[in-house]
Amino acid sequence: MLSAKTKEPIVEMKNVKKAFGYIQALEDMNFSAYAGEVTAIVGDNGSGKSTLIKILTGCLKPDEGEVWIKGRYFSSLTVKQSIKEGITAVYQDLALDNCKDCAGNIFLGRELVKHGIFLDHERMRRSTEELLLRLHISIPDITQPVERMSGGQRQALAIARAVYAGGDILIFDEPTSAMGVKETSRILKLFLELKAEGKSIILNSHNLFQVFDISDRICVIHNGRFVDSFLTKDSSPQKLHELIVEKEEELSDETMAK
Amino acid sequence: MKRWLSKYSQQIFLFAAMMVICIVLTRKSEYFLTWRNIRNILEANSYRLILAIGMTFVIASGVMDLSAGAIVSMCGVIMAVVLHMEIPVPAAVLIGILSGMMFGIVNGLLIHYTGINFFILTLAVSGMLRGVSLIITDGKPITKFGQDFIYLGIGRIGELQLSVLAALFLVLISVPLMFHMKWGSYVLSLGGNREALVKSGIRTGFYRASVHAFLGVMAAVTAVIITARLNSAEPNAGMNMELDAITAVVMGGTSIKGGKASIAGTVLAVLILGVIRNGLTLMSVSSDYQQWITGFLLLVSVLISEIKVHKFRTLMK
Repeated sequence: MLSAKTKEPIVEMKNVKKAFGYIQALEDMNFSAYAGEVTAIVGDNGSGKSTLIKILTGCLKPDEGEVWIKGRYFSSLTVKQSIKEGITAVYQDLALDNCKDCAGNIFLGRELVKHGIFLDHERMRRSTEELLLRLHISIPDITQPVERMSGGQRQALAIARAVYAGGDILIFDEPTSAMGVKETSRILKLFLELKAEGKSIILNSHNLFQVFDISDRICVIHNGRFVDSFLTKDSSPQKLHELIVEKEEELSDETMAK
Repeated sequence: MKRWLSKYSQQIFLFAAMMVICIVLTRKSEYFLTWRNIRNILEANSYRLILAIGMTFVIASGVMDLSAGAIVSMCGVIMAVVLHMEIPVPAAVLIGILSGMMFGIVNGLLIHYTGINFFILTLAVSGMLRGVSLIITDGKPITKFGQDFIYLGIGRIGELQLSVLAALFLVLISVPLMFHMKWGSYVLSLGGNREALVKSGIRTGFYRASVHAFLGVMAAVTAVIITARLNSAEPNAGMNMELDAITAVVMGGTSIKGGKASIAGTVLAVLILGVIRNGLTLMSVSSDYQQWITGFLLLVSVLISEIKVHKFRTLMK
């Protein structure tokens, strides 16, 4: 594997700042992800992981800083631009329309049409069936509205939608939080398959074992700041855990001192 | 089959209810089941159906528009003023419809960009529009238009009034518009989960504005029909008309929270409300009760739709 120094990052954030009112969600954030790698973002609750992801997908505009995607500079992105750059995301809230069925959600925003204007429900349903089969996602009745599905099934559907979208940078925000053990291992296998296809994956997960299982690179953030980034093989869950706890203690010392 | 039954339960129930009401009324009055009376019911409810179709799309998108009745009166007044300026009928009608569309767009953009609760916002717009119609007309109806214009309200092709044909046409195009085209699909998603649309890179402002524009056009068509029929544009026209429309839409099974809609349900509900009104008139019950019944049915429909949601939630637990 090439080292970070010789390889250009596919996604890069430099000195990005983002505040919500008085709360500084991102304070000088630096982040890089490399092509064909699984990059895991690790940090405690409220460390700014979701904000970072939303800036990459164009849902939020940064207050300051630079975003580079595939060597192109953006001061801020729109959702459309981000999709055009090949970024697809599975958000924590999944962004599914619960009243629509599987096909309606998979094809949301990229519907198949016939005769130029009419939705081709039949073709979308068949493609959805094929897609779910290919990804080994089992949903017994794909024509029922999504609101009738379990949390795990809905997460799997959101992941299937991201895969179908065909972008080459896939971002997953806590993708398996509602899944059982079997479903989770299937999805993690899917991530590795996607990586083998040459896709870059940015993964945000609480589960350190999951992170060590599939990531190539780990980026640790804390309190809206970049802490450290290293290759997964050079670290261990133990070391990472210590790093996070150490940062947590530093922070509480700081607040105590104030 | 079972799923089909549960999916369309409300519409099947409405159909059954209508049949029962019709049977009762047929037994109470021999006049009820005559073509003349049926034609009466259709003609008296054609414009209500047109407005309710527009409201179905708006409610499907997760909001309500309380200014629909005021838009009806405002468009009527605008057309009346224009007609009295000796402008040809087709041009006057076009101006009326474009005004309705514009009011709708303003409503939609205000809801999208200000984030003010749609209830308060459309109520405020309603008050403003009513005020403006009163100012323009000085509180008095504007009357006497040419035969060409009146024909739009009472003219018939064969046995069917133009307004009935217009309602039929609008129902027929609204089904593919809602369920088989992108526009309707996005309108439903606005109600289902607006965030999902935003995150798919879809410009929700456009759909918010256009769905209200659609209702605005329907309100303007309603204005053409009632202004032409009465040969008079009144600042108080269309009073409570939005309440009737909302009642019909919710009764028809369109989700009050948006995301799910039924055109067939709206049609059935408008017909039921029409048949009830007709029956009460045939049985010489005061029209005051009709208002009461509309309100009561709205309450019952909302209760039923809430119960459906809750039953579903408990099932999921």
